[in-house]
Amino acid sequence: MKFAIVQFPGSCDDLDALGAARLVGDAELLWHRERDLKGADAVVVPGGFSYGDYLRAGAIARFSPAMESVAAFAREGGLVLGICNGFQVLCEARLLPGALLVNASRRFTCRQVELEVVNAETPFSRACASGERLSIPAKHSWGRFYAEDRTLRAMRESGQVVLRYAADQNFNGSLRDIAGVRNEAGNVFGLMPHPEHAVEELIGGSADGLKIFESMRLSVEGVLA
Amino acid sequence: MRVLIRPKAGILDPQGVAVERALPALGFADVANVHVGRLVELDVNDVAQLEPMCEKLLANPLVEDYEILLDV
Repeated sequence: MKFAIVQFPGSCDDLDALGAARLVGDAELLWHRERDLKGADAVVVPGGFSYGDYLRAGAIARFSPAMESVAAFAREGGLVLGICNGFQVLCEARLLPGALLVNASRRFTCRQVELEVVNAETPFSRACASGERLSIPAKHSWGRFYAEDRTLRAMRESGQVVLRYAADQNFNGSLRDIAGVRNEAGNVFGLMPHPEHAVEELIGGSADGLKIFESMRLSVEGVLA
Repeated sequence: MRVLIRPKAGILDPQGVAVERALPALGFADVANVHVGRLVELDVNDVAQLEPMCEKLLANPLVEDYEILLDV
Protein backbone atom coordinates (compact mmCIF):
# COMPACT_ATOMS: atom_id res chain seq x y z
CA MET A 1 0.00 0.00 0.00
CA LYS A 2 1.04 3.60 -0.41
CA PHE A 3 0.88 6.44 2.12
CA ALA A 4 1.02 10.15 1.29
CA ILE A 5 2.50 12.29 4.10
CA VAL A 6 1.39 15.92 3.84
CA GLN A 7 4.21 18.41 4.35
CA PHE A 8 3.37 21.99 5.38
CA PRO A 9 5.79 24.82 6.06
CA GLY A 10 6.31 24.24 9.78
CA SER A 11 5.70 20.50 9.79
CA CYS A 12 8.38 18.80 11.88
CA ASP A 13 7.26 15.19 12.29
CA ASP A 14 6.76 14.56 8.57
CA LEU A 15 9.96 12.56 8.19
CA ASP A 16 9.28 10.35 11.21
CA ALA A 17 5.79 9.71 9.81
CA LEU A 18 7.38 8.87 6.45
CA GLY A 19 9.79 6.46 8.15
CA ALA A 20 7.01 4.80 10.17
CA ALA A 21 4.80 4.40 7.09
CA ARG A 22 7.72 2.84 5.19
CA LEU A 23 7.98 0.13 7.84
CA VAL A 24 4.62 -1.19 6.64
CA GLY A 25 4.37 0.01 3.02
CA ASP A 26 5.42 2.63 0.48
CA ALA A 27 5.23 6.31 1.35
CA GLU A 28 5.85 9.67 -0.28
CA LEU A 29 5.76 13.26 0.88
CA LEU A 30 3.03 15.55 -0.46
CA TRP A 31 4.00 19.26 -0.47
CA HIS A 32 1.17 21.51 0.75
CA ARG A 33 0.82 23.23 -2.64
CA GLU A 34 0.25 19.96 -4.49
CA ARG A 35 -3.22 18.63 -5.12
CA ASP A 36 -2.40 15.25 -6.63
CA LEU A 37 -2.41 12.43 -4.08
CA LYS A 38 -0.74 10.27 -6.75
CA GLY A 39 -2.83 7.20 -6.07
CA ALA A 40 -2.13 7.02 -2.33
CA ASP A 41 -4.25 4.55 -0.37
CA ALA A 42 -3.97 6.56 2.84
CA VAL A 43 -2.93 10.03 3.94
CA VAL A 44 -1.07 11.09 7.07
CA VAL A 45 -1.33 14.71 8.25
CA PRO A 46 1.74 14.93 10.50
CA GLY A 47 2.71 16.88 13.59
CA GLY A 48 4.45 20.23 13.78
CA PHE A 49 3.46 23.86 13.57
CA SER A 50 1.88 24.23 10.13
CA TYR A 51 1.97 27.85 8.92
CA GLY A 52 3.47 28.81 12.26
CA ASP A 53 0.23 27.87 14.09
CA TYR A 54 -0.82 31.48 13.42
CA LEU A 55 -4.31 32.43 14.59
CA ARG A 56 -5.05 28.91 15.91
CA ALA A 57 -3.23 25.62 15.44
CA GLY A 58 -4.35 24.11 12.13
CA ALA A 59 -6.60 27.05 11.17
CA ILE A 60 -4.64 28.08 8.08
CA ALA A 61 -3.34 24.67 7.01
CA ARG A 62 -6.87 23.47 6.51
CA PHE A 63 -7.21 25.78 3.46
CA SER A 64 -4.06 24.58 1.68
CA PRO A 65 -4.41 22.97 -1.78
CA ALA A 66 -3.19 19.63 -0.42
CA MET A 67 -5.82 19.67 2.34
CA GLU A 68 -8.58 20.36 -0.18
CA SER A 69 -7.58 17.13 -1.92
CA VAL A 70 -7.31 15.32 1.41
CA ALA A 71 -10.81 16.47 2.40
CA ALA A 72 -12.20 15.21 -0.93
CA PHE A 73 -10.29 11.93 -0.46
CA ALA A 74 -11.79 11.61 3.05
CA ARG A 75 -15.32 12.26 1.79
CA GLU A 76 -14.86 9.39 -0.67
CA GLY A 77 -13.90 7.08 2.19
CA GLY A 78 -10.10 7.29 1.96
CA LEU A 79 -8.13 6.64 5.15
CA VAL A 80 -6.77 9.79 6.78
CA LEU A 81 -4.65 9.81 9.94
CA GLY A 82 -3.94 13.09 11.74
CA ILE A 83 -1.22 13.20 14.39
CA CYS A 84 -0.92 16.09 16.86
CA ASN A 85 -0.94 19.20 14.63
CA GLY A 86 -2.51 16.96 11.99
CA PHE A 87 -5.32 16.18 14.44
CA GLN A 88 -5.78 19.92 14.99
CA VAL A 89 -5.91 20.47 11.22
CA LEU A 90 -8.57 17.75 10.78
CA CYS A 91 -10.69 19.24 13.58
CA GLU A 92 -10.39 22.73 12.07
CA ALA A 93 -11.39 21.22 8.70
CA ARG A 94 -14.45 19.68 10.43
CA LEU A 95 -13.36 16.24 9.27
CA LEU A 96 -13.28 15.28 12.96
CA PRO A 97 -15.53 16.44 15.82
CA GLY A 98 -14.33 18.77 18.55
CA ALA A 99 -11.38 21.09 19.02
CA LEU A 100 -7.97 21.05 20.69
CA LEU A 101 -7.48 23.77 23.29
CA VAL A 102 -4.46 24.92 25.25
CA ASN A 103 -3.38 22.38 27.90
CA ALA A 104 -5.04 22.99 31.26
CA SER A 105 -1.52 23.53 32.66
CA ARG A 106 -0.80 26.13 29.89
CA ARG A 107 2.56 24.38 29.51
CA PHE A 108 4.21 22.55 26.67
CA THR A 109 4.60 18.99 27.87
CA CYS A 110 6.71 16.22 26.39
CA ARG A 111 6.35 12.79 27.98
CA GLN A 112 5.58 9.13 27.42
CA VAL A 113 1.86 8.45 27.93
CA GLU A 114 -0.08 5.27 28.49
CA LEU A 115 -3.14 4.98 26.29
CA GLU A 116 -6.04 2.57 26.37
CA VAL A 117 -7.64 1.23 23.21
CA VAL A 118 -11.37 1.90 23.59
CA ASN A 119 -12.42 0.79 20.12
CA ALA A 120 -10.28 -1.82 18.35
CA GLU A 121 -12.71 -2.17 15.48
CA THR A 122 -11.53 0.74 13.39
CA PRO A 123 -9.22 0.83 10.35
CA PHE A 124 -6.62 2.51 12.61
CA SER A 125 -6.76 0.20 15.63
CA ARG A 126 -7.60 -3.26 14.30
CA ALA A 127 -4.08 -4.54 15.02
CA CYS A 128 -4.79 -3.81 18.71
CA ALA A 129 -7.01 -5.59 21.21
CA SER A 130 -9.86 -3.75 22.92
CA GLY A 131 -8.59 -2.52 26.30
CA GLU A 132 -4.96 -2.96 25.26
CA ARG A 133 -2.51 -0.38 26.57
CA LEU A 134 -0.18 1.47 24.25
CA SER A 135 2.87 3.41 25.38
CA ILE A 136 3.41 6.36 23.03
CA PRO A 137 5.07 9.76 23.49
CA ALA A 138 3.12 13.02 23.42
CA LYS A 139 4.51 16.55 23.06
CA HIS A 140 2.25 19.54 22.74
CA SER A 141 0.86 22.74 24.26
CA TRP A 142 -2.54 22.60 22.58
CA GLY A 143 -3.88 19.08 23.16
CA ARG A 144 -6.87 19.43 25.45
CA PHE A 145 -9.71 17.76 23.58
CA TYR A 146 -12.99 19.59 23.85
CA ALA A 147 -16.43 18.95 22.39
CA GLU A 148 -19.92 19.93 23.50
CA ASP A 149 -21.77 17.53 25.79
CA ARG A 150 -24.17 16.31 23.11
CA THR A 151 -21.25 15.69 20.73
CA LEU A 152 -19.42 13.75 23.45
CA ARG A 153 -22.50 11.62 24.08
CA ALA A 154 -22.97 10.90 20.39
CA MET A 155 -19.28 10.07 20.04
CA ARG A 156 -19.41 7.59 22.87
CA GLU A 157 -22.57 5.93 21.59
CA SER A 158 -21.17 5.48 18.11
CA GLY A 159 -17.72 4.28 19.16
CA GLN A 160 -15.90 7.39 17.95
CA VAL A 161 -13.58 7.47 20.96
CA VAL A 162 -10.78 5.17 19.78
CA LEU A 163 -8.08 5.92 22.36
CA ARG A 164 -8.16 7.43 25.81
CA TYR A 165 -5.51 8.36 28.33
CA ALA A 166 -5.16 5.59 30.92
CA ALA A 167 -5.83 6.38 34.60
CA ASP A 168 -3.62 9.29 35.82
CA GLN A 169 -2.25 9.86 32.31
CA ASN A 170 -4.51 12.68 31.15
CA PHE A 171 -1.90 15.43 31.50
CA ASN A 172 -3.56 18.01 29.24
CA GLY A 173 -7.08 18.05 30.68
CA SER A 174 -8.88 16.46 27.73
CA LEU A 175 -12.58 15.91 28.34
CA ARG A 176 -13.41 12.30 29.21
CA ASP A 177 -9.69 11.44 28.87
CA ILE A 178 -10.09 11.40 25.09
CA ALA A 179 -6.79 10.96 23.24
CA GLY A 180 -7.87 9.77 19.80
CA VAL A 181 -11.14 10.05 17.86
CA ARG A 182 -12.56 8.88 14.57
CA ASN A 183 -15.22 10.44 12.39
CA GLU A 184 -18.70 8.96 12.12
CA ALA A 185 -17.90 7.07 8.93
CA GLY A 186 -14.76 5.64 10.55
CA ASN A 187 -12.22 6.51 7.83
CA VAL A 188 -10.68 9.59 9.49
CA PHE A 189 -8.77 9.34 12.76
CA GLY A 190 -6.83 11.86 14.82
CA LEU A 191 -4.77 11.60 18.01
CA MET A 192 -2.52 13.92 19.99
CA PRO A 193 0.21 11.39 20.96
CA HIS A 194 2.78 10.44 18.33
CA PRO A 195 2.67 6.82 17.11
CA GLU A 196 5.34 7.63 14.50
CA HIS A 197 7.83 8.29 17.33
CA ALA A 198 7.24 4.83 18.82
CA VAL A 199 8.03 2.39 16.05
CA GLU A 200 11.48 1.11 17.12
CA GLU A 201 12.06 -0.27 20.60
CA LEU A 202 15.73 0.62 20.36
CA ILE A 203 15.14 4.36 20.23
CA GLY A 204 11.59 4.83 21.46
CA GLY A 205 11.49 2.26 24.26
CA SER A 206 8.24 1.08 22.69
CA ALA A 207 7.11 0.06 19.22
CA ASP A 208 3.42 0.32 20.10
CA GLY A 209 2.89 3.16 17.63
CA LEU A 210 3.58 0.82 14.76
CA LYS A 211 0.22 -0.84 15.46
CA ILE A 212 -1.58 2.24 14.14
CA PHE A 213 0.30 2.06 10.82
CA GLU A 214 -0.02 -1.73 10.71
CA SER A 215 -3.78 -1.40 11.28
CA MET A 216 -4.01 0.93 8.30
CA ARG A 217 -2.05 -1.46 6.13
CA LEU A 218 -4.31 -4.33 7.20
CA SER A 219 -7.35 -2.24 6.33
CA VAL A 220 -6.08 -1.47 2.84
CA GLU A 221 -4.57 -4.85 2.01
CA GLY A 222 -6.97 -6.99 3.99
CA VAL A 223 -4.37 -9.54 5.08
CA LEU A 224 -1.81 -10.08 7.83
CA ALA A 225 1.83 -9.72 6.82
CA MET B 1 -12.71 47.49 11.85
CA ARG B 2 -12.08 45.19 14.75
CA VAL B 3 -13.10 41.69 15.59
CA LEU B 4 -13.00 40.63 19.23
CA ILE B 5 -12.64 36.91 19.82
CA ARG B 6 -13.08 35.40 23.24
CA PRO B 7 -13.29 31.90 24.71
CA LYS B 8 -16.87 30.70 25.04
CA ALA B 9 -18.41 30.89 28.49
CA GLY B 10 -18.13 27.63 30.35
CA ILE B 11 -14.98 26.43 28.61
CA LEU B 12 -11.91 26.39 30.83
CA ASP B 13 -9.72 29.39 29.96
CA PRO B 14 -6.35 28.69 31.61
CA GLN B 15 -4.92 32.00 30.40
CA GLY B 16 -7.72 33.94 32.09
CA VAL B 17 -7.30 31.88 35.26
CA ALA B 18 -3.55 32.60 35.32
CA VAL B 19 -4.10 36.34 34.95
CA GLU B 20 -6.85 36.30 37.57
CA ARG B 21 -4.49 34.61 40.01
CA ALA B 22 -1.59 36.93 39.21
CA LEU B 23 -3.42 40.22 39.80
CA PRO B 24 -4.05 39.78 43.55
CA ALA B 25 -0.36 38.98 43.95
CA LEU B 26 0.32 42.51 42.68
CA GLY B 27 -2.11 44.06 45.12
CA PHE B 28 -5.17 44.14 42.83
CA ALA B 29 -7.42 42.04 45.00
CA ASP B 30 -10.83 43.01 43.64
CA VAL B 31 -10.75 41.05 40.36
CA ALA B 32 -13.05 38.35 39.01
CA ASN B 33 -14.08 36.70 35.73
CA VAL B 34 -10.89 37.40 33.81
CA HIS B 35 -10.85 36.06 30.25
CA VAL B 36 -8.18 36.55 27.63
CA GLY B 37 -9.09 36.67 23.95
CA ARG B 38 -7.77 38.06 20.67
CA LEU B 39 -8.23 41.28 18.75
CA VAL B 40 -8.07 41.27 14.95
CA GLU B 41 -7.87 44.66 13.22
CA LEU B 42 -8.66 44.82 9.53
CA ASP B 43 -9.93 47.04 6.73
CA VAL B 44 -12.63 45.71 4.40
CA ASN B 45 -14.91 47.56 2.01
CA ASP B 46 -17.75 45.08 2.19
CA VAL B 47 -18.60 44.68 5.86
CA ALA B 48 -21.00 41.86 5.01
CA GLN B 49 -17.92 39.72 4.50
CA LEU B 50 -16.85 40.04 8.13
CA GLU B 51 -19.23 37.45 9.50
CA PRO B 52 -18.28 34.67 7.03
CA MET B 53 -14.62 35.59 7.64
CA CYS B 54 -15.16 35.02 11.35
CA GLU B 55 -17.06 31.77 10.83
CA LYS B 56 -14.49 30.34 8.43
CA LEU B 57 -11.16 31.53 9.73
CA LEU B 58 -10.87 34.28 12.32
CA ALA B 59 -12.70 32.36 15.06
CA ASN B 60 -13.53 28.75 15.77
CA PRO B 61 -17.26 29.05 16.54
CA LEU B 62 -17.18 25.73 18.38
CA VAL B 63 -15.05 27.16 21.18
CA GLU B 64 -14.95 30.92 20.63
CA ASP B 65 -17.45 33.80 20.47
CA TYR B 66 -16.74 36.75 18.23
CA GLU B 67 -17.96 40.32 18.14
CA ILE B 68 -17.63 42.59 15.11
CA LEU B 69 -16.99 46.27 15.92
CA LEU B 70 -17.49 48.49 12.90
CA ASP B 71 -16.67 51.96 14.21
CA VAL B 72 -13.27 52.42 15.69
